[in-house]
Amino acid sequence: MSGTARTFLALRPFAFLGFLLLLWQLAVALRPDGLMPGPVGVALGVGELLRHGLLLKYAVASLFRVTWGFLLAAVLAIPLGLVIGWHRRAEWAINPLAQIFRPISPLAWIPIAILWFGVGDLAAIFLIFVGCFFPLLLTAMSAVHRVPSVYLEVGRNFGLGGWDFVSRVLYPAVAPQLITGARITLGIAWLVVVAAEMISVNSGLGFLIIDARNAGNRYDLVVAGMLVIGLIGLLLDVGMRSLERVRSFRWSYSED
Amino acid sequence: MGAAEAAAQAKLRMDGVGRRFERDGKSIAVLDGISFDVSDGEFVCLVGPSGCGKSTLLNLMGGFLPPTSGSILIDGETVEGPDPRRILVFQERGVFPWLTVEGNIAFGLAKLPKAERQERVAHYVRMVQLEGFERSYPSDLSGGMKQRLQVARALAVNPDILYLDEPFGALDSVTRLVMRAELLRIWQTERRTIVFVTHDIDEAVQLADRVVVLSSRPAKVMDILEIDIPHPRNISSPRYLELRDDLLGKIGLAHSV
Amino acid sequence: MSSLAKSGAWERLFWPLLAAGLLVAGWHYSVVWTATKVFPSPLAVEQGLAQLLRQHVLWRDIGDSLRRVALGFCLAAVAGVPLGLALGWYPALNQVVNPAVQLLRPISPIAWIPVAILFFGVGDKAAVFLIFLAAFFPIVVACVAGVSNVPSIFRRAARNFGLSPLQILARVVFPAALPQILVGLRIALGVAWLVVVAAEMLAVDSGLGYLVIDSRNSGKRYDLVVGAMLVIGLIGLALDVGFRQVEKLPSVRWGSRRES
Repeated sequence: MSGTARTFLALRPFAFLGFLLLLWQLAVALRPDGLMPGPVGVALGVGELLRHGLLLKYAVASLFRVTWGFLLAAVLAIPLGLVIGWHRRAEWAINPLAQIFRPISPLAWIPIAILWFGVGDLAAIFLIFVGCFFPLLLTAMSAVHRVPSVYLEVGRNFGLGGWDFVSRVLYPAVAPQLITGARITLGIAWLVVVAAEMISVNSGLGFLIIDARNAGNRYDLVVAGMLVIGLIGLLLDVGMRSLERVRSFRWSYSED
Repeated sequence: MGAAEAAAQAKLRMDGVGRRFERDGKSIAVLDGISFDVSDGEFVCLVGPSGCGKSTLLNLMGGFLPPTSGSILIDGETVEGPDPRRILVFQERGVFPWLTVEGNIAFGLAKLPKAERQERVAHYVRMVQLEGFERSYPSDLSGGMKQRLQVARALAVNPDILYLDEPFGALDSVTRLVMRAELLRIWQTERRTIVFVTHDIDEAVQLADRVVVLSSRPAKVMDILEIDIPHPRNISSPRYLELRDDLLGKIGLAHSV
Repeated sequence: MSSLAKSGAWERLFWPLLAAGLLVAGWHYSVVWTATKVFPSPLAVEQGLAQLLRQHVLWRDIGDSLRRVALGFCLAAVAGVPLGLALGWYPALNQVVNPAVQLLRPISPIAWIPVAILFFGVGDKAAVFLIFLAAFFPIVVACVAGVSNVPSIFRRAARNFGLSPLQILARVVFPAALPQILVGLRIALGVAWLVVVAAEMLAVDSGLGYLVIDSRNSGKRYDLVVGAMLVIGLIGLALDVGFRQVEKLPSVRWGSRRES
């Protein structure tokens, strides 16, 4: 295939995006009294946020909460889940409870969070923690099941016990599935932080969106905030996916 | 018979067929100058070492890939693409898991009126001895039964040629013996042209009228062996062992382990 | 894994009930010990829920939430499945559209709330729109993945039998991708259920999410808050289990069986 044809192919998605942006701008232009901004207005809004240093500040605040909430949940849920998944009776006991708690939207926890932690960072981190804990717990429990029993038998055959067994057989075997589960849970965390910030704190990207609207109908900033949220969410997802591709984890995905 | 008559009678003709692949910018020859004929109703085996390109050859004959050189003619017409007149049976995972046994066999029969379709399905269920499993799903069947299902599905559309790509390769050795007898029985009941790919020497000598021996990549036709023992073949008979030895020698394998 | 002890079905009931009992007991006693005036005890929650039931308010809220989810989810499925199939089937189309999808997908549906309110005002339509967004992208992604993962052997066999491309899509690719599509739908339903609560907190004035936020705002009725949370959890679980039953149908079940 010739070079020009190849470039054309590579550019097509951008052409499509450009086309969508054009449609958007047209739609807005047809309603000049409307509050909804066009892509140009949004771009200017992003510029404004950058100039005031707000974008960076709020993005960092959101990421800070997500990181804390997610890590706390991971550190607690994953070892717990592995242990529970290993012991059948423990699983029988805990699984139904976890299954009931998981679908409770973290946002439904908001009043409780505010009750326990007041309005502020802790409440937001708690919400993210709750949103991540149960999915991670269930992922860890399920990952233990999926380990092919062959690996466990080989480990026992070679006389590995205790910590050796866990670190050299169990952990590498469950790691791929844990990473996939972590990626999905991180997506949930990012979703939750936006909601948590809309309701219970005074900084962060979620707050930016709700505040921009409440204090002056600045929809250009609202959409700018949305795009930044989307971008960071995308980067988080891509980052986790590249972790999945790390050599020592890749084996699990190469099943035909 | 004269050469002209022989050519006119060939069901399948391979004429200098070659196939190259591009990988990482390099052009790799997989098949090189393959030429042979298959007569109508004949059972031909393609034998060669693993990875020599036998499956690629079968894909070319089935019309799934075009040859990069040479031509493939069936009944005098060039092969342009896949066609229900020549059905390929895969080594494994060929049956559709979301359809029952009946559903699979009826797959190619959508254009028939319902009564005729049901009759055909019943006929082939009986032929491959899957009675009682009509409503079962492939996940309930053993490996051998799934292969039988594939054969039934293939035969149901009345193809002229049946291509089999190491169909018994994924089965255990006992089942393999049973399936070979089954295939021969079916072939003798409803005669089709069969091209059967295998790397198992014994399988080739037990089943085929003629064996086409392929070299390792790039595969060329090294030799064509005629198996002149009538069925049922006694696998201890001197003639069988002689032919088997001959084939072993042609492939260049040692006689002792 | 652990000991292969012979245990009857009763054990499967016993242990969770024991755990649940311990949890409720622990809850009750921590409320009593800390003498909290605000956080409800299990008994208070039960009474609160009973009161809502008697006033027929609970059913109305449940119905509202379910209705919005059903509407948004069905719209997302009707739009997303064909689009996902098309993107998976025509790689050229996917190459063009995919970047746009990947850019829009991570924008939390909750971040769309102000825009949704701007377009639809406060009310049902905004909530349905948000749920549609929440479910749409997971569905599209799952359909694309499902179609791409159909083993080429099935497509070859279908071509062999003389099917046209459209027939191949309908009779082979779609059934082959269906298990994965259903998993995607189930996950999308889970996200939809998560989002409806958020949507109801911010954009409408009925439903379980609204019940949660309203119970607190107008009277600090934490018994109702917790009660509503439990109801949300139970319904979410029921939706998930129900969907898994669909995944167990014979023409789909094969997709989750590991052939050894």
